[in-house]
Amino acid sequence: MPAVSKGDGMRGLAVFISDIRNCKSKEAEIKRINKELANIRSKFKGDKALDGYSKKKYVCKLLFIFLLGHDIDFGHMEAVNLLSSNKYTEKQIGYLFISVLVNSNSELIRLINNAIKNDLSSRNPTFMCLALHCIANVGSREMAEAFASEIPRILVAGDTMDSVKQSAALCLLRLYKTSPDLVLMGEWTSRVVHLLNDQHMGVVTAAISLITCLSQKNPDEFKTCVSLAVSRLSRIVSSASTDLQDYTYYFVPAPWLSCKLLRLLQCYPPPEDGAVKGRLVECLETILNKAQEPPKSKKVQHSNAKNAILFEAIALIIHYDSEPNLLVRACNQLGQFLQHRETNLRYLALESMCTLASSEFSHEAVKTHIETVINALKTERDVSVRQRAADLLYAMCDRSNAKQIVAEMLSYLETADYSIREEMVLKVAILAEKYAVDYSWYVDTILNLIRIAGDYVSEEVWYRVIQIVINRDDVQGYAAKTVFEALQAPACHENMVKVGGYILGEFGNLIAGDPRSSPLVQFNLLHSKFHLCSVPTRALLLSAYIKFINLFPETKATIQEVLRCDSQIRNSDVELQQRAVEYLKLSSIASTDVLATVLEEMPPFPERESSILAKLKKKKGPGAVSVTEMEDGKREGGELNGGGDRGPDATTMAASNASTPSPSADLLGIRSAAPVSAAPSSAGSLLVDVFSEAGPAASSAAVNDEGFLRDLEPPTETSDSLLVEGSGDSDSAPPSEDPAPPLSEADELLNKFVCKNNGVLFENQLLQIGIKSEYRQNLGRMYLFYGNKTSVQFASFSTTVSCPGELQSHILVFQTCGATGGGGAQIQQVLNIECLTDFSEAPLLNIKFRYGGALQNLTLKLPVTINKFFQPTEMASQDFFQRWKQLSQPQQEAQKIFKANNSMDTEVLKAKLLGLGMALLDNVDPNPENYVCAGVIQTKGQQVGCLLRLEPNAQAQMYRLTLRCSKDSVSKRLCELLAEQF
Amino acid sequence: MIGGLFIYNHKGEVLISRVYRDDIGRNAVDAFRVNVIHARQQVRSPVTNIARTSFFHVKRSNIWLAAVTKQNVNAAMVFEFLYKMCDVMTAYFGKISEENIKNNFVLIYELLDEILDFGYPQNSETGALKTFITQQGIKGQHQTKEEQSQITSQVTGQIGWRREGIKYRRNELFLDVLESVNLLMSPQGQVLSAHVSGRVVMKSYLSGMPECKFGMNDKIVIDKQGKGGATDDAGKSDLGGGSGKQSIAIDDCTFHQCVRLSKFDSERSISFIPPDGEYELMRYRTTKDIILPFRVIPLVREVGRTKLEVKVVIKSNFKPSLLAQKIEVRIPTPLNTSGVQVICMKGKAKYKASENAIVWKIKRMAGMKESQISAEIELLPTNDKKKWARPPISMNFEVPFAPSGLKVRYLKVFESKLNYSDHDVIKWVRYIGRSGIYETRC
Repeated sequence: MPAVSKGDGMRGLAVFISDIRNCKSKEAEIKRINKELANIRSKFKGDKALDGYSKKKYVCKLLFIFLLGHDIDFGHMEAVNLLSSNKYTEKQIGYLFISVLVNSNSELIRLINNAIKNDLSSRNPTFMCLALHCIANVGSREMAEAFASEIPRILVAGDTMDSVKQSAALCLLRLYKTSPDLVLMGEWTSRVVHLLNDQHMGVVTAAISLITCLSQKNPDEFKTCVSLAVSRLSRIVSSASTDLQDYTYYFVPAPWLSCKLLRLLQCYPPPEDGAVKGRLVECLETILNKAQEPPKSKKVQHSNAKNAILFEAIALIIHYDSEPNLLVRACNQLGQFLQHRETNLRYLALESMCTLASSEFSHEAVKTHIETVINALKTERDVSVRQRAADLLYAMCDRSNAKQIVAEMLSYLETADYSIREEMVLKVAILAEKYAVDYSWYVDTILNLIRIAGDYVSEEVWYRVIQIVINRDDVQGYAAKTVFEALQAPACHENMVKVGGYILGEFGNLIAGDPRSSPLVQFNLLHSKFHLCSVPTRALLLSAYIKFINLFPETKATIQEVLRCDSQIRNSDVELQQRAVEYLKLSSIASTDVLATVLEEMPPFPERESSILAKLKKKKGPGAVSVTEMEDGKREGGELNGGGDRGPDATTMAASNASTPSPSADLLGIRSAAPVSAAPSSAGSLLVDVFSEAGPAASSAAVNDEGFLRDLEPPTETSDSLLVEGSGDSDSAPPSEDPAPPLSEADELLNKFVCKNNGVLFENQLLQIGIKSEYRQNLGRMYLFYGNKTSVQFASFSTTVSCPGELQSHILVFQTCGATGGGGAQIQQVLNIECLTDFSEAPLLNIKFRYGGALQNLTLKLPVTINKFFQPTEMASQDFFQRWKQLSQPQQEAQKIFKANNSMDTEVLKAKLLGLGMALLDNVDPNPENYVCAGVIQTKGQQVGCLLRLEPNAQAQMYRLTLRCSKDSVSKRLCELLAEQF
Repeated sequence: MIGGLFIYNHKGEVLISRVYRDDIGRNAVDAFRVNVIHARQQVRSPVTNIARTSFFHVKRSNIWLAAVTKQNVNAAMVFEFLYKMCDVMTAYFGKISEENIKNNFVLIYELLDEILDFGYPQNSETGALKTFITQQGIKGQHQTKEEQSQITSQVTGQIGWRREGIKYRRNELFLDVLESVNLLMSPQGQVLSAHVSGRVVMKSYLSGMPECKFGMNDKIVIDKQGKGGATDDAGKSDLGGGSGKQSIAIDDCTFHQCVRLSKFDSERSISFIPPDGEYELMRYRTTKDIILPFRVIPLVREVGRTKLEVKVVIKSNFKPSLLAQKIEVRIPTPLNTSGVQVICMKGKAKYKASENAIVWKIKRMAGMKESQISAEIELLPTNDKKKWARPPISMNFEVPFAPSGLKVRYLKVFESKLNYSDHDVIKWVRYIGRSGIYETRC
């Protein structure tokens, strides 16, 4: 590079800059600049041509003025002229001006491109570099269009200088980033990859950046770079610190290149070739070994470079996640860093450990550092490091250490930084829920949490406690007792009052037996907090009071007194006033029966994704979520695989993994655990019994287990996506065509099965589908038998069950056992069905197979109707009519008068009504001709009581059917279904 | 009310910081500096709202005065106060400059304590302030107890702006009518907007506690008198410029606190006990029948892309016997000007590159005359197609009459206790009309 000669000092520029610096005010500066601009304009306008030096000087001044923030609208032409100069400095200033001030002026762009082209084709390496730098700095689309094809040629040409190659590689990288569609590597790919073998380390370093970027987009094309990268890496790693001369940085050979190589390898899965893999593992081991060696220099740069490589290597090991030995070694290495005096190292170590903790191989190894991490959480000075420590604790938590970790986090919470408190609270809440063995511990933990950091407990956390307490009757009494005690503290947080109000309002009766917590004491305790609370809490407390009236009639007078006082009934807040007025009226007018109905205990909450988990995700941002979720899924899956002996533990874990620690998940969990643990747990026994008589329970459950695991694999973002699983058998490719629309006779077929559970669903000349099904409460299992009526095998036989539209949220169908392909005589498929709420449509069963080359595509309605979930209810005449009257609202009743389709024989009718699933009640209706039935539909969320009355008129061959249900949609649907049956 | 008051130099360094209320924190000082003084884009609004805090600023040369508040205050009051504050400081130590402020910072804090109390403006009358805030040390001044108590009673009394017992050998009175005329005119000579804002400034050196009465040719008063038949002095007082009109319509006016407003409201007479020394008696504004002292006729011709020809003619439009002074015409030039040639008959003209304008100066010019300038501007072709916005041609001048047509009819002085009468007082009246923003589009 030619040195700047003395004559190029540009005194005028220096004077101008010092003038500007000396300006006292902005106005003075503007004046000076205006003056200078006028001067330059007159110079450029002047008739006599300027020499290169003064042109350069004025362009420089313009550039300086532009960088000060003023508009420049001339001088571009002069700058372009400078490009064609032969002096390095003039060319350089020209390029500088162009790359800072380029605009899409068409004529100039053409000139500029021309100049660049000339420089690129010149043999002068410095000029080529200048041109390449300009292209990269501008990086516009026009530039890319003009030069995208040129640069790869320069990059791979044999006679290009090393420094130009470096620039070309980086320039190409820049163009690729701005307009990837224009940079077509195609033919250059292999030659670019071979740049990894270049003699010159600088070229390799530049090329590897390019390759990393390119291979992220098309990994397959650049696959060959893996082996090259590995061999390059091993050469660097094994080289002595003096081998690489210029590229040795504080005794570390080529640290930047090593990091980039390791990062490139992270784009690919572990190499398949054994030799390459062995070499790579060797490299990684060497890097880990080197970390143990005493440092060659005390300088911080030395250790920084060494550690940079080490951390990249660990990241690669974590990425491969297949070498238990390396993972454990990495973990131990990081463990050493946990107590390093360098804060950055501690931070990085904690961060890497977070990812290590999610690997099944190193999870245990990470756990050994728990004491250190807890110590870091407590004593670390840097808040970001503390944050990482908290993250790591969260990541390494499992059943064995949950109690310890939660306790530590709770105790740390009291002194934690305000910035991370909310996140800590969420984490504690999640861990407590996830790993709760007994729910009294959970309740204790959460109440403690509210006590310690009430302000940071978000709504979601206390909603969750209440959901869990309501859904689990075993903790309700304990929870009531605990909140009662907690509320006795003189000052308690508002969130505590909310939880307390809600729980005592629901379950205060469970502790009312104790004279120390008699109803009146409970009420007084709650009411003592009332005046300190905000409006929403007060509203909640008012609801709790009215519930008290229902639970304990003896408190009625006191509570009415409270409601009646002006501060409630005339409260300025509309919500409070309305509640007070309505509750007061309700309590004074309604009978105890009505009260009991209105103020019934809350039904269990439908299970959704844990709201707190969602909140944490939101806090972390979308990127972080998917990763942690995946990890969670992976780890849980792994534990289930290996930890079948844990039995109930595994179930709860599975439950919490699916974010639904609920009956539904329980059910699944128990099923998956049952065959392994041999002795079915109490809750699951019923189900297992049902299913064991039905068919090969063990085998189906085993497959079921596998299917369940498969369910777990994808990150479950919302529970909705979990609802319908099993898209055909695992080994068949997804069907290429869309499912056909349901057959026209599908509805008819469906009606056949309203009153029976077994039979032939469908038959044509090729296929017969038989059904056998059982239902118990809100669950059912259906066996589908596919009979091949031909002598030929069906090719690519697959079935899919789908729940169209809204139905998804109403019914749950698990295809636990895929129909195996091929098909000679008969194939069996098992479906598990769960009713979430009432529904009217039926799920669709799509069957696809090839027969003689033609694709057969059938869609049927699965004969699952709401009445399948009936439980018969026996009751006396008196009860029946009382209930009948209670369901007197017009929309609760559905009535239909219709003509008999079949014979009106008494026995046939009785059989049909029994097949419907309700209890046929004798001696209820005064008219013995009439039929009266009662039943309860069991869904997961709620129970729907149904009463039926069928009045046949033999003369007219007509029926009158009346249905009354506690849910209007149910009565309508049932009425429709039944009208077709008689 | 005002929560605090800061004075900054041009670099944004705080010279004076006085916080009156707790709601203004230390960070307010920095907020103003960062968001206004050091703002990338020049802040043109005098009121800036930053984080629910309002900053009202005025700039005097290189000094920024900023009043800060979190409340919803009367912005006009705050600015009135800031201007008053500037006046007070000027009266104490002359020009407001960084050096003067640094040298007098104790005095400024003392003044701030006096004229603002918990953010409420107090007596800011320089005359009154000077009686108890002095620049000499306490020692230099031998005030007796009585004098001190007199100050207290006077400052807190009914006539806080004048102390008793003033004696002059010669009772003299100076009255200045200062007007600034603002104009925006279209190239064709159509008046787009015009108004005059004027001030009546008095310097009084009168003994005792005189009662004064000021009369001018206010339309309402004249009409009232016209009805009564008293039109004797209408012809006499034709001191001013071209038109012989007899009364003017005042749009709005404000008075010094010494003027008895009740009397003005009922009789429309301006009567007052004047403060001693210089003060501003009233401020007014008129928009009708303004005498425009100069007419600017521009002619701009673009010759191709690289040349511009400008010709500007100015005509003076007042009595030939009067002389206008300090005339300056500013003709803006395009931003891509590369050279200018100017020819003018009278005065001096020069292209000032630093201001992007041709400045044409004429020392003196009599009424009913005209003069012209022509310039040739060479342009540099530029890349962007932005058209030159053609800013208006502006003008500065000073004329010895009131463009609004205001005339002083009388100023009577009554002092019942002392033995001098209206005739013994020597009175001086002067009219000065200056240009405000006097622009003609081209």
